[in-house]
This record gives sequence, C-alpha cells and structure tokens, in this order.
Amino acid sequence: MLAYLIRRFGQSLLVMAVMATIVFFGLYMVGNPVDLLINPEDDLAAQEAAIRRLGLDQPIYIQFLQFLKGIATGNLGVSFVHNTPALELILSRLPATLELAFFAMLLAILLGIPLGMIAGLYPSSPGSRVIMGGSIIGFSTPNFWQGLMLIMLFAVFWRVLPSGGRGQTTDLFGIPVSFLTLDGLKHLILPALNLAIFKIALVIRLSRAGTSEVSLQDYVKYARARGLSEKRIVGVHILKNILIPVVTVLGLELGNVIAFAVVTETVFAWPGIGKLLIDSIGLLDRPVVVAYMMLTVFMFVMINFFVDMAYSMLDPRIRIKAGKS
Amino acid sequence: MSAIPVESPFRRFVEDFVRSPTAVIAAIGVLGIACVAIFAAQIAPQNPYDLAEINIMDGSLPPGSVGFDGFHYWLGTDEQGRDMLSAMIYGLRISLSVSLIAVGSAVAIGMSLGMLAAWSGGRVEAFIMRAVDIQLSFPALLVALLLLAILGKGIDKVIIALVLVQWAYFARTVRGAALVEIRKDYVMAARCLALQPMRILFGHVLPNCLPPVIVIATVQVANAIAIEASLSFLGVGVPITEPSLGLLISNGFGYLLSGRYWISFYPGVVLLVTLVCINVVGDHVRDILNPRMQK
Repeated sequence: MLAYLIRRFGQSLLVMAVMATIVFFGLYMVGNPVDLLINPEDDLAAQEAAIRRLGLDQPIYIQFLQFLKGIATGNLGVSFVHNTPALELILSRLPATLELAFFAMLLAILLGIPLGMIAGLYPSSPGSRVIMGGSIIGFSTPNFWQGLMLIMLFAVFWRVLPSGGRGQTTDLFGIPVSFLTLDGLKHLILPALNLAIFKIALVIRLSRAGTSEVSLQDYVKYARARGLSEKRIVGVHILKNILIPVVTVLGLELGNVIAFAVVTETVFAWPGIGKLLIDSIGLLDRPVVVAYMMLTVFMFVMINFFVDMAYSMLDPRIRIKAGKS
Repeated sequence: MSAIPVESPFRRFVEDFVRSPTAVIAAIGVLGIACVAIFAAQIAPQNPYDLAEINIMDGSLPPGSVGFDGFHYWLGTDEQGRDMLSAMIYGLRISLSVSLIAVGSAVAIGMSLGMLAAWSGGRVEAFIMRAVDIQLSFPALLVALLLLAILGKGIDKVIIALVLVQWAYFARTVRGAALVEIRKDYVMAARCLALQPMRILFGHVLPNCLPPVIVIATVQVANAIAIEASLSFLGVGVPITEPSLGLLISNGFGYLLSGRYWISFYPGVVLLVTLVCINVVGDHVRDILNPRMQK
C-alpha cells in the first residue's frame, strides 16, 4: 500500500511539473512576455526597469527555475489590475465558487436521486417518460443559454428573482456567505440551479440504471418475500446499493462543477474564481490567469490522487494490478 | 450456383435503426440541419454580413415585424438591423463546420495514436495511454478555455483547442478495440503472409475498430458544438466577424434584461435542437452497435 501511495504521489508531482512547464512555455514562447507583462504606455526607461524587476533579461532556463520557485513558495506574481498577489486574489474569490458548487451538488442529490429512482421503479409510467425526456434535454442544453433562459423567465418576465450578483452576505467564521440571508439566498437559487441541471440529469440516469438493476437482485426479492414494507425496501435496500456509483461519479464530477462554474458565474455575475478568470482574460491580466491555471491543475491532481487512493483502499485489486505493471 | 441472399451489415443496421421512431425523427432532424447549413447562402432570406442588405433603421425589431422597406423579419432583428433568421442560418454553418473539422482531425490523430499504442505495446503504449489518462482527467471546457487564453481568438485556434481535448477519447477507444482485433486469427494470417505492418493496421485492423469510433464521434460532434458555443459565449472563441450560434447568443445577452429576448432565445433553440437530435441519434446507434444490447 505504501509503495503504491508513494508511486502514485510521484506521478501526481510529475503531472504538476509537466503542466507547469506547458504553462510556462505556452505563455513565454507563444507570446512575447514583455508585451504581455509590461504596460506599453510606460516610457522606455520604466519599461527596462520593469523588465529587470520581472527578471525578463535573464536567460530562459533561469526564468523557468524562478517560475518553479515561485510555484513552490506560492508566489505566482502580482495582478496588474488589482495590484494584489494573484494567488491571494483568487483565494479571496474561492468561497463564492465553493458555495455555488456545494449548493449545486446538494440540488443534484436531493432532486436527482428521487427522480431517478421513480423512473427506475416504474419504467413505463408516463411520469418516468417525462423524467427521462427531461434528463435528455438537461444533458443537451448548453449551460450558458440555459442560464440566460432562467434569467429571462425569473428575472425579466416574472420579476421574482434577481438576475445576478451575490446579494447580501454575512460572515460565517470570517468567510462571507450568501445563504444565511433571504436576499443572499434569492441570489443563490438561479446560479445554483443552472449549475445543477446537468448534474441532476446525470444523477437521474445513474440512479435509474442502478434502481432497475438492483430491483432484480435476489436480496430485494428476499426482502419482499420476508414481507418488508415497500417503503423499507426502496428506502433502505435499494437506495443504499445505488448510492455507491452515484457518490463515485459525483465525486469525480466535482472538478467539472468548478469548470462549469466559469460559465455560470459569467452569466449570473457571481463574483467567484470563474468570473475572475474570464475578466482577467479580457483585461490581459496574465498573472491571474497563470495563477488560476496552476491552482486548477493542483486541485485536479489532488482530486484524482485522493480518488485513486480511496479506490485502492476499497478495492485491493487495483493496487495489486498497478504494482505488477 | 445461386447465391444465398446475405444480409449486409449495413442493411441490418438500417433495419434496426428505423425501429425507433424517435431516432428516425432525430436523424431526419440532423439531415435537415446539415442541409440548412450547407445551403445557407441559398436558404437565408438575407445575407446578414452584406452591409448593403441590412438596414440600421430596422434595429431590434421583435419577431414578425415588417421592416422599413417592407422586409418581413420572422424572428426579429438584432441591434444592427440584421435578420435573426438569416444570422442563425449562417451561424449554424460556422458552428457545424468548426466542430466537424475538429472532430475529423481528432479522429485521425486519436485513431493513429491508439493503433500505434496497441501495435507497439511496451513503453510507447504506456506513454500514450498515460497522456490519455491525464488529458481525460481535466474537464474539456476548462482545458480549451485555458488554451485559448494563451493562444487568443480565432477559428483555427478554436479547432486546435477542440482537437486537443478530444483526441484522447478516440485514442483510448481505438486502442481497446485494436488490442482485441490484433489477437485474432486473420491478423496472424496477414502477418504470416509478411504484409507490411501499416497495411495490416490500416487495411485489416482499422475497419474492424470503426463501430465504436463512429458512436463516439457522433457524440463528440455534439460536444464540440457545445464547447465551441460556450467558448464563444465566454469571449475566447470565434471572432466577431464569423459569429457562430454561441456568439449570437452572447451578443443578445446584453439586450436580455431590457426584454429583447429574441436575439439570444432563437439561436439557443436552434443550438438545443441540433444537440438533442445528434445525441438521440448517437445514443441509438450505440444501442444498435453494442453487442450486449442485442438479443
């Protein structure tokens, strides 16, 4: 187990190193960093001073080493626009994104599992057909257009919910959150729903497939034969067994939620890291873009690492197979 | 000697396909959409990018209005007086061609790498498949977005980004299928005949790996359209001179809050119908080609 853990950890570090190299050479080879990093309106002396200050007069390998050193020490440059360290800026926006992602996941579980189980238990009823049809549409609808339609219906035509922003926030352990006030909650509903619809469709499919498979198992038949109530069979015996794949896939989808948060945050002007990224790309604020890239790579490498660890703990075959190859 | 009537695999496929009315409707939808895109210049009532044809006086008209010079705008106009219906037909053409070129290139690259991995094994295979694993562990939209943040806007760059996020699906699928095929007797026979490895791979093994590739390619075309639209909406996709459906929706975003919904509503409907039709066809083709689903 320890050998597998060390090897897998080494792999994660390797991926980080490869990604850092790609980001570095992508930014420094494709575009001239001087154009990207220095204010073109400065005079020549100021530009040269800035080049020296940023270390751009050094040979490329020294710059690369300094970039790596910056990553290791958490120094990813200073935002041109906000004039604060890029990493700090991103971390200050992170709670908003996490709040959105958390509520989206919650909606996906609370709506997706019951709907999927209904569709799995009564596959030929009209209600199930509506649910499955809805899930196909939920899968196919482009996320950003879906957000616009939610704004159009709830904010423009019916005027019941705000169209964007985060609303009133309260501090919870020093972190501003929206969901504790009515105004904040109103602002949270539409973006969270928009982010959740794709996940709801996914959870419906998974739990429907799981339910129709599990309902035919011997232990369900046995539970029926024992005369257990239908409520108990569905709520305990079936639900518990479909939860495993649903939880696995939702865990893996956590990264996707962060990716799609970029779209949802842009549509609803939600001040999280995704909106920050799009704004920074628009304003050519490269340090923030680089910091976002490295942070996301780090996050994904970590998620994958922990998922693999959890798998190998649950299923010894994986580490034995990996040990052989 | 009379020939025994043999049912060709293609004919059997068609017979299986027409059994589902939903799939047939979706397939007709896909064909219709493709025709509209191909004959955009002939079908569209107006050339929305010919400045002589558009009239700024007709800006932001709601659907069904009659313009300044008697032109009927069935789906309204945008802020510059462009007929939305025509703009959408041209936008559909750009969306479809970008994603078809991207998926075509991704199939070619992914298939070659997948075959190479299956044929050579060892280090080459480990390296390619590790790259596939890493590629697939990042969400496609995010990778494409970050890549375009570095590369900048442009149709060619969008295609590069789409190929980069999609090759891995094909490499993985083809490797899996090719590993099974390479162990079969006909490949051994071809090897014994001392055929060139290239000829065995591309002439004998490849055609037998195609069914799963076709299924994934169908779904990936829908994915490519959706990713391209999202990228264009976020402002890193196609340039403003060649608006795809995603960019049209993005243009309408600013007018949505003032109630001029049609500028982003109708392009989105077209996008949604296109994606649903392709996904339904893809799902059904998968069900037919999947041997486990056949009775």
